[in-house]
Amino acid sequence: MATFRIWRGNADDAQFVDYETEVSEGMVVLDAVHRIQAEQANDMAVRWNCKAGKCGSCSAEINGQPKLMCMTRLDTVPLDAPVTIEPMRAFPLIKDLVADVSWNFKVKERMKPFAPRPPDAEDGTWRMEQEDIDHVQEFRKCIECFLCQDVCHVLRDHKLHDEFIGPRFLVYAASLEMHPIDTENRLEELKNSDGIGYCNITKCCTKVCPEHITITDNAIIPLKERVVDQFYDPIKKLFRVFNR
Amino acid sequence: MSSYETHEYDVLIIGAGGAGLRAAIEAAVGDLKVGLVCKSLLGKAHTVMAEGGVAAALANVDERDSWRVHFADTMRGGQYLSNARMAELHAQESPDRVRELEAWGALFDRTQDGGILQRNFGGHQYPRLAHVGDRTGLEMIRALQDHGIHQGIEVHMENTVVSLLKTGDRVSGAFGYEREKGRFKVFTAKAIVLATGGAGKAYKVTSNSWEYTGDGHALAYHAGAELIDMEFVQFHPTGMVWPPSVRGILVTEGVRGEGGILTNSEGKRFMFDDIPELYVNQTADNPEEGWRYTQGDREARRPPELLTRDHVARCIVREVQEGRGSPHGGVFLDIAWIKEKIPNAAEHIRRKLPSMYHQFRELANIDITAEPMEVGPTTHYIMGGIRVDADSQMTAVPGLFAAGECAAGLHGANRLGGNSLSDLLVFGKRAGEYAAQFAMENEAVPMDESEIETIVAHTLKPFENPQTDGNGNNMGPYGIQAQLQEKMQELVGIARSQESLTQAIEEIQNLREEAENVHAIGNREYNAGWHTALDLDCLLTASEAIALAALERKASIGAHSRDDFPEKEEPGAGKYNTIIKKTDDGAMAVRREPIDELREDLQEIIDEME
Repeated sequence: MATFRIWRGNADDAQFVDYETEVSEGMVVLDAVHRIQAEQANDMAVRWNCKAGKCGSCSAEINGQPKLMCMTRLDTVPLDAPVTIEPMRAFPLIKDLVADVSWNFKVKERMKPFAPRPPDAEDGTWRMEQEDIDHVQEFRKCIECFLCQDVCHVLRDHKLHDEFIGPRFLVYAASLEMHPIDTENRLEELKNSDGIGYCNITKCCTKVCPEHITITDNAIIPLKERVVDQFYDPIKKLFRVFNR
Repeated sequence: MSSYETHEYDVLIIGAGGAGLRAAIEAAVGDLKVGLVCKSLLGKAHTVMAEGGVAAALANVDERDSWRVHFADTMRGGQYLSNARMAELHAQESPDRVRELEAWGALFDRTQDGGILQRNFGGHQYPRLAHVGDRTGLEMIRALQDHGIHQGIEVHMENTVVSLLKTGDRVSGAFGYEREKGRFKVFTAKAIVLATGGAGKAYKVTSNSWEYTGDGHALAYHAGAELIDMEFVQFHPTGMVWPPSVRGILVTEGVRGEGGILTNSEGKRFMFDDIPELYVNQTADNPEEGWRYTQGDREARRPPELLTRDHVARCIVREVQEGRGSPHGGVFLDIAWIKEKIPNAAEHIRRKLPSMYHQFRELANIDITAEPMEVGPTTHYIMGGIRVDADSQMTAVPGLFAAGECAAGLHGANRLGGNSLSDLLVFGKRAGEYAAQFAMENEAVPMDESEIETIVAHTLKPFENPQTDGNGNNMGPYGIQAQLQEKMQELVGIARSQESLTQAIEEIQNLREEAENVHAIGNREYNAGWHTALDLDCLLTASEAIALAALERKASIGAHSRDDFPEKEEPGAGKYNTIIKKTDDGAMAVRREPIDELREDLQEIIDEME
């Protein structure tokens, strides 16, 4: 038996409630939540789908750590004290473990879509080298669990949702900007409305990514460099470097 | 009068996996107002879980491939029960549908000369599956989603449709609720496309999530459409079996495509022992030849591990039943052995099968580059479904269309791996296109509001039912759902008989009576128990259809196996489809319909490829 301290309630009124349930070999946190839901709390709200770390639905904070519930084995969590399970805190609460993540979908909608160059071949296809797409494929592994958004202090602590798109959408921007056949330029938006400057590369997002995308090093820093290259005079920049 | 929001559309799409998204994109090409309703958040549907690849005869890796070979492979895989016209359209159009995804941003793995790479898969004669490592479905749904959000489609996320609305013969709208507050919504539409996916939640061991409760099947059935070949449920041969909590999670066929082998507790590659007549000429008769095939040797024949899914699943069950299984009731799937064959095997495996590596390491503490996996069959897909016109995807109900897993016809008695992703692109597009055409050619019909009051009452009934029955048993939905899953697994699983199926139908009827009295605690806000209670209706309808069709087909063919009728054909019965329809008095009836002879030119292709 183990105790699970689960956040219950809605935006108006919510608190932790303790549930005891049986724990067996190989169980993940989501299994415990499901068992409690089936046996003790039928009306408990929890988002999930694939239960295999592929859809990014069951994001939560487990003992304060942003994780996917379906990929967190109970034998990696101390069970001698209650296991706390909370919804993602960087977003408004809907109910229990379900956060309102709709802001993320709105952010993506306002970003400039993919715009390919004319096809390379007559059958409407393009030629791309595998090595030129490896890094973009890394970004496209993103399952949109939004754990990186949850942990980002610009969103979580400073609530700058109106001025900063967060690591998920910087990765998305990188996947488009570095796509070998894309022709669009998104640097002005990145600098202004997307607020890339707010990121001070603390790499919290990289640490929580369940897909192990190197968000900061491979996506955000190269984008920051591109923004600098486009908007700050390179010769003056060079001058500053030499006069340090 | 109950309160509800009304949303008016020309075309309404129900379901936002690959088929629904592709249909919505197509329907939105003109000026039509298109609505898209999905049970989860956008981009989370089960398309995301498809791993191995999308089948299309691009002939990028082997120029001998063509739509004709793909057509013949699909027909053979389906044991010639597929709708030949659908198989023809599918084979012809899937290459364009895949290329088009690239124009929308998808990035498939590349060949040496920069084209789309293709891999081997069970039942496909040539390397045919365009893929991205083992996360092809994610790439596809994201490409469709990221393109779709800029097409002016209105998306209703976390909304469930509980009933279709009809006016006379025509479909005129849908009634549903939104999850957040439990508010009711009515969607009016001139045409509706069902793209709700499968019904795998009817079984205990399944790769399907809570969403896959046969909603489209039930909605269509109650609206007067026909269901076809519902007995054909695909049990994917390789699901995880240990630990118990992950039982059923899919292990991609790509593992075998990359050279993975199946062995029993005696270390024997048992698949060599049983190669079906239909495939003898195409199958390797020694391990060396099989290995060469997986490494792209064009002269080699495929290893028996890459026989069709129905056959591999049955062989695994046989090994387990005869005492040669793995410790936790499966068999061994070994990819680590390829280190005998290639240098840097561990790195190669991690690159080719990244999500499988991750999945086993995280969930089972197993390093697949060093040790074998334990696998066994898991409920994966339903070949049967809503009967549609091959070209337009329209059902028997005017204005009602269906595409993707909830529709049927392409896969016959068994689906080839990779053909579902191409299915949803080809027929998703067609459904969207013809639904849009229907909406342009027909005026909206007024809705019958009195009908809505009845549906509202039904939808709220779980809150009014008592919490316990007369004997003090809890009437919550999870118990009833679990009982149904147990019974379907036990009685309508891989091995079936007259006795098991008759008992199953009886059990389903008893559970239906219980479900009438199912109780939901709490209120309408994001209430999982209430949703499960409402989904029970659909799940029971789909389950009954599967069992009834299985009882009707007195033969063992494709994914359907009858212990009491081991032969592939019933003497004198010929080839037929089973058809399920709701009778005027509300009962479920099954009948057979003979399959027409193949068009001559299509028959010639099949004869040529034999």
